[in-house]
Amino acid sequence: MLKKSQKLTMSLTSLALATGLLAGSAQAEEVLHIYNWSDYIAEDTIANFEAETGIKVVYDVFDSNDVLEAKLLAGNSGYDLVVPSSSFLGRQIMAGVFQPLDKSKLTNYNHLDSELMGRLTSVDPNNAHAIPYMWGTTGMGYNPDMVAAVLGDDAPVDSWDMLFKEENISKLAACGVNLLDASDEILPVVLNYLQLDPNSNNIADYKGPVKDLMGAIRPHITKFHSSNYINDLANGDICFAVGWSGDILMAGDRAADADNGVSVEYVIPKEGAPLWFDMLAIPADAANVENAHKFLDYILRPEVIAAVTDYVWYANPNATASGLIDEEILAHPGIYPSEEAKANLFTFEILPPKVTRAMNRVWTDIRSAN
Amino acid sequence: MSWGQRSVISVPYLWLTLFFLVPFVIVFKISFSEMAYAIPPYTELLSWADQQLTVNLNIGNYFYLFTDDLYVRAYLSSIRIAAIATVICLIVAYPIAYTIARARPATRNALLMLVILPSWTSFLIRIYAWVGILKNNGLINNLLMWLGIIDQPIAMLNTEFAVYIGIVYAYLPFMVLPLYTNLMKLDKSLLEAAADLGAAPWKVFMTITLPLSKAGMIAGSMLVFIPAVGEFVIPDMLGGAETLMIGKVLWQEFFNNRDWPVASAVAIVMLLLLLLPITLFHRYQARELES
Repeated sequence: MLKKSQKLTMSLTSLALATGLLAGSAQAEEVLHIYNWSDYIAEDTIANFEAETGIKVVYDVFDSNDVLEAKLLAGNSGYDLVVPSSSFLGRQIMAGVFQPLDKSKLTNYNHLDSELMGRLTSVDPNNAHAIPYMWGTTGMGYNPDMVAAVLGDDAPVDSWDMLFKEENISKLAACGVNLLDASDEILPVVLNYLQLDPNSNNIADYKGPVKDLMGAIRPHITKFHSSNYINDLANGDICFAVGWSGDILMAGDRAADADNGVSVEYVIPKEGAPLWFDMLAIPADAANVENAHKFLDYILRPEVIAAVTDYVWYANPNATASGLIDEEILAHPGIYPSEEAKANLFTFEILPPKVTRAMNRVWTDIRSAN
Repeated sequence: MSWGQRSVISVPYLWLTLFFLVPFVIVFKISFSEMAYAIPPYTELLSWADQQLTVNLNIGNYFYLFTDDLYVRAYLSSIRIAAIATVICLIVAYPIAYTIARARPATRNALLMLVILPSWTSFLIRIYAWVGILKNNGLINNLLMWLGIIDQPIAMLNTEFAVYIGIVYAYLPFMVLPLYTNLMKLDKSLLEAAADLGAAPWKVFMTITLPLSKAGMIAGSMLVFIPAVGEFVIPDMLGGAETLMIGKVLWQEFFNNRDWPVASAVAIVMLLLLLLPITLFHRYQARELES
C-alpha cells in the first residue's frame, strides 16, 4: 500500500513527465551556441553538423582572448562551446568558468595526439575540461613582390630583423605594416628577440628594453589589428604583418582565389616564435551541454577536422587526421614546422595581474607613440 | 495633480531610474571593489564572517587614475577631439538648418527627410562605409590617383582626421534638428523690421538671427559633445593607434587588464566631467525660460 503522500508525489511526477513531454514536442528545435575565433572553421562544417544531427547551431565569432574572457567572467555568456587559447584556459579553469567534459560521450577521443595531450595537462590537469581544436604559431606574413620592391631580393625574410631593424621596417612602412593588437602576443616576441625570457615576470624588462625597441620602430607601423590583416594582406593593402600562421596563409589562399596578382608568404622566423593551442571547452553555465558534447565528438572525427585544417590552414591535434590533410598543407613548414624549427618555439605562461597590467600599459604607450 | 498626469510624468522617471540610475549605482559599487579572478571578476563590498559584517571600500582605484598620466591625457584628448568635432558640426549644420528653415514647406519636409534618412541604416555600417571610402585602396585615393592628382595614396584612414569625419558625419543630424527647430520659431517680423530700417542682410543675420538661435546652438552642441567624449566605435574603427580617447582606455581596462573596478572608476570620473557642461546648459535653459 502506498501512503497518501507517496501517491501525491507519484501523480505529481507523472504530471511533470507529461508536461515535460509536451514541452519537449513543442520545443522541437535543438540548439547549440558556439563562440569561436573569426575565420576559424571550414565553410561547410556547421552545415554538415546541422544536417546530420538536426541541431541548429548559432555561431558567433570574436578576435581576441580578452573579449572572450570578459564574457566568460561576467557569467551567463549564453554560449555552450567556446575556444580560448591554452594560456587563458588555465586560469579560467581555476576561476571555475568551465565544466568537466563527459569523455564517455566522446567516442572519437582516442584520435587525439597523446604526446600533445600530455603537454596540455600543465594548464588542464588530466585534460579534464578541454580538448585542443587547432594549434599554430605567431610569425611573419609578407607579400614577396612588394617586399622585394622596397627591400631588394636579399631581404631577411626568415628573421625578426625584418621588423626590429629600423633600416628594414622603415622601408616596409611605405607599403603597409600591421601588428596584432595583442600585448600578450607581441611583447613576448620582442623579449625573445632581445634574448630575454619571453614570459618575463620582471616589469623593468617591459618598461626598459622592450619599450625602447618598440618605440624605435613604432613610427613605421601603420596599424594594430587582430583580424583585418587577413583581407588587407589578400588585397595588397599591406605588405607585412605579424600575425597568426593560419590567418596569413589564408590571406594567401584568398588572394590566389581572387586572382588579383597578390601573393602572401608565411614564415616562422629563425629566432623563434610563439606556439599556442586553441581549446574547445564548455562553460559551467552552458544550457545545451549534451549538444556541445555531440559537436565535440563530431569535431574529433578525423575527416571533419582534416577538412577544417584544409580550409583554415592551421595544424590540428588529431593524430589520425594527418593522412587525410592536403599534402601541400602537411608539407608546409609554416603549418607543420620541422623538428628543428619546433625547438625554437615557445609557449605563453600565465603571468601575475600586476605584470599583465604593466604589459598593457607599455602597449598603450607603444601604440599611442608616447 | 490628477492620476493621469502623474502616470504620464512617471514614465520618463521610470525610464531614467531603470536605464540610468540602476546601472550607475552598479558601476559606482564596482568602482570601490578590487579585481579578483572569479565570476564576476571583482570582490564583494560586503562580507559576512563570524557574525561580523565587514564593508570593504577600496578607494585606491580613484587614486590610481592620478598616479599615471595616461588617464588625464585621455580625458583631455577626448574633450579636445569632441570639442573640435562639435565646432565643425556647428559650422556645417548651421547653413543646412538655416536653408531648411527658410525653404518652402513642401521642400522643407523633403530636406528634413534627407537629414534623417541616413540614420535608418545601422550606425556601425555607416562608419564601416567610411573605412571603404578613406582607406589607402579606397574610393577617394583611387579616384585621385586615377585623375593623376596624386601618385601615392594619402593616408586618411587611421588618423585623427578620420575620427573627425566620423564624428561630424554621425552626429550632424543631432546638431541640425535642434537648430532647425529654433530657427523655425524665429519671429520673421523682426527680420523685416531690421531690413526696413536699412540693415544689410549680413548685419541682420549677425545682430538678430545668430543671437536668437543661441539656445538651438547650445542644445545641438550638447547633443554632439556629450556622446562624442565617450565615443568608442568611431575612434576604434577610423582612428589610428595614436588617437587617445577615454572610450578606448575604458575598453582596455575592462578587456585587456580585466580590471572592472578601475574601468568603473574611469567611467564614474568621465560622468563627473560631463556633469559640468550639462549643469551649465540646464542653468542657461532655466534662465531662458524665466525671461
